[in-house]
Amino acid sequence: MGDSQYSFSLTTFSPSGKLVQIEHALTAVGSGQTSLGIKASNGVVIATEKKLPSILVDESSVQKIQCLTPNIGVVYSGMGPDFRVLVRKSRKQAEQYHRLYKEPIPVTQLVRETAAVMQEFTQSGGVRPFGVSLLVAGYDDNGPQLYQVDPSGSYFSWKASAMGKNVSNAKTFLEKRYTDDMELDDAVHTAILTLKEGFEGQISGKNIEIGIIDSDKKFRVLTPAEIDDYLAEVE
Amino acid sequence: MSIFEYNGSALIAMVGKNCFAIASDRRLGVQLQTIATDFQRIYKVHDRLFLGLSGLATDAQTLYQRLVFRHKLYQLREERDMKPETFASLVSAILYEKRFGPYFCQPVIAGLGDEDKPFICTMDSIGAKELAKDFVVAGTASESLYGACEAMFKPDMEAEELFETVSQALLSSVDRDCLSGWGGHVYVVTPTEVRERILKGRMD
Repeated sequence: MGDSQYSFSLTTFSPSGKLVQIEHALTAVGSGQTSLGIKASNGVVIATEKKLPSILVDESSVQKIQCLTPNIGVVYSGMGPDFRVLVRKSRKQAEQYHRLYKEPIPVTQLVRETAAVMQEFTQSGGVRPFGVSLLVAGYDDNGPQLYQVDPSGSYFSWKASAMGKNVSNAKTFLEKRYTDDMELDDAVHTAILTLKEGFEGQISGKNIEIGIIDSDKKFRVLTPAEIDDYLAEVE
Repeated sequence: MSIFEYNGSALIAMVGKNCFAIASDRRLGVQLQTIATDFQRIYKVHDRLFLGLSGLATDAQTLYQRLVFRHKLYQLREERDMKPETFASLVSAILYEKRFGPYFCQPVIAGLGDEDKPFICTMDSIGAKELAKDFVVAGTASESLYGACEAMFKPDMEAEELFETVSQALLSSVDRDCLSGWGGHVYVVTPTEVRERILKGRMD
């Protein structure tokens, strides 16, 4: 990484033992649009706000939720371009695993490898950490799983989590509403209600994005029409 | 003489009812001279997965060490054993990495997969997988082994009958091959136990 003039790392320790660049990266994440994920008993849902800078932007061309493999999807808070790079790398890693073992990659392994990439960028020459936190949702032989990956490369498994602006309100809301035996439909409703809490303006199928994976192990992004149906149920 | 026939070997794996058997001869030779009569060709990867390697002995040993290395790392990372099908894909990939300077080995892989379903396969020295539902053979005695297995195989044999069939097929085939023989080593694997038996055949 980096040319010979930058073979030293730009991310260095401060006297208090912190990596300041990572703190700043987390700030970048914290000012990004809210995203959240909820693990249900029979699936996982991830969702995010999709606030576009102008009404002239074609919202159907913006896809904040992406799939990494047919049974793993991901959403982010923070810098979109950094997210695109990570998605590309993760997809490649998942395919390499499949090429070697002819088996779909387990969610934990993909999260671990993506986290390793993010960590590399905190300890290599001439590069900066990624300005995104990811929420990875997948369903494999170990059941439904939800992981958060931070710019430092640390990852955590969550039952429900939120990131970005409004994270503390969203997490408090989720703590109150989450139950272990929640089903996927309930989880989608809870996700919508959580997004609604901090939403400025009128929420609709065009300014939020929701991705779900249920027991058929196929990740898919809901269409605006489907989101509108869920919104109507929530009202 | 071909490099595959330098050391001599015979390997066979056969599927039974919720069990499998994997067997090999015990001779290690250097062309016409017999060096050892207790050479191990079949290795345990984990309790439900066995690997037999025929062909050049040095390559067989090195390849086994590399595969066990990969499998141990897999076990540590994924906290589970490798499925036989996954292991076969791994072996195939590792062999193909050396496409233009291959390992002179022909592996035979046998294991119990999900729901105790037996899985066997063999591949050539550059990783072309050959899955089979009944039996696979490898080694210098392979032509005789094919004939013997084809004649003696029956589907859904129980463990004891499978052992008899595999032993007979192995011993009669290596008798027709000067480079393999000096007894046999048979593993019969069921979901509950692994039975290892040494056969005494014609000691020549």
